[in-house]
Amino acid sequence: MVQELGYLKETPSQTAGPYVHIGLTPNYSEIGGVYDADLGTSMVNDKTHGERITVVGRILDGAGGLVKDAVIEIWQADSAGLYNSPSELRGTADPNFTGWGRCPTSSEDGTFRFETIKPGRVPFKDGRKMAPHITLWIVARGINIGLHTRMYFPEETSANAEDPLLARIEHKDRLATLIATKEGSVYTFDVHLQGDRETVFLDI
Amino acid sequence: MSDRTNSKPETGAFFARDRAWHPPAFAPGYKTSVLRSPQRALLSLDGTISEITGPVFGHSILGELDYDLIHNFAKPGESAIGERIIVHGRVLDERGRPVPGVLLEFWQANAGGRYRHKKETYLAAIDPNFGGCGRAITDEQGHYAFRTVRPGAYPWPNGVNDWRPAHIHFSVFGHGFAQRLITQMYFEGDPMIWKCPIVGTIPDKQAIEQLIAPLDWGNTIPMDARAYKFDIVLRGRRSTLFENRLEGN
Repeated sequence: MVQELGYLKETPSQTAGPYVHIGLTPNYSEIGGVYDADLGTSMVNDKTHGERITVVGRILDGAGGLVKDAVIEIWQADSAGLYNSPSELRGTADPNFTGWGRCPTSSEDGTFRFETIKPGRVPFKDGRKMAPHITLWIVARGINIGLHTRMYFPEETSANAEDPLLARIEHKDRLATLIATKEGSVYTFDVHLQGDRETVFLDI
Repeated sequence: MSDRTNSKPETGAFFARDRAWHPPAFAPGYKTSVLRSPQRALLSLDGTISEITGPVFGHSILGELDYDLIHNFAKPGESAIGERIIVHGRVLDERGRPVPGVLLEFWQANAGGRYRHKKETYLAAIDPNFGGCGRAITDEQGHYAFRTVRPGAYPWPNGVNDWRPAHIHFSVFGHGFAQRLITQMYFEGDPMIWKCPIVGTIPDKQAIEQLIAPLDWGNTIPMDARAYKFDIVLRGRRSTLFENRLEGN
């Protein structure tokens, strides 16, 4: 017999279900008075460095229907490309920027919205710079394990062209699913869970 | 937003997720997954700094009653109706190491199986003293605990006569965004577990058993509340000793 590795197995995922808002955004679901404010509703304040942007979008299912009961979380670097995390060892991130936000898709029109800043570039594992991006994590009824993806910026043509992750997408027509559209300071990023325009999701 | 500790932060990439242990995206017994499951393969990526890092929340976000669902929505002097229980456990990684300082969020139905949510139409009554949400942060050894009432089973429109077993939803942050996890805790001995299409999305019986909390008689408080123990395992991190670039830059 060889030695045992002795590792534990990761706790298996389960769907967040249709009432995920009770736990993650109780004030949004009209459970007032338990928490002062829903976590992740505000990422910036008056002192935050960087270019202010708004990220809006919708999530669509395989029949083109709006997913109105999802929760989206985003995680991104600050304007200098530093993460507000204890695991960030390259420097200290902007203390006035959380880097993390959470928003339910509206039960009315299915949209989500984040007021944030445009992130700086961060390095890939081999030192090459990745293009500016925002990481998204999506949970909802019918999603058994949270879906990770990334949003990239349409004006960053040259950075996107040399981005190591985008370069690994074999079917080039799918790149467009990770690139937002821009109008002024508002970026629109729709996520297609399934079908012809299916968003590229990541196993990270 | 983060409470920095004196311990050296870990920065290794995470062990690859065993996606045969987790439920697949497409699990037609759970009908909503049919149109909400990606059909194309996931693009795999060894964790970059965007995934290795993640938000950490300080105790300053916690209110005094966040860990007590029996009282955090109740009118003064009143409490939620139902079987009083304590749920506690540890958050560990796959290497068996405690994961300190991570935020856990919980939500659940009341003792009758009714959620406090505007989309919920089940005829069981709302408990005016029960909201159904709570949260906690693990201590240095990875421990967490909260008080609540045991949730009831409830019916849902999947099959003609499908009922969820009693369960508590858990949302767990790790130290890296790639560790982000949402799951459900079930209760030892509940016969409903083995009939449930959502539980049944998990292919491996041992993986299902990892979600079943045993009655913890040792920690039951006499004349007050029974205890259940639910340990949670997050992805482990590789050592950084032999990574090409220690800090990715």
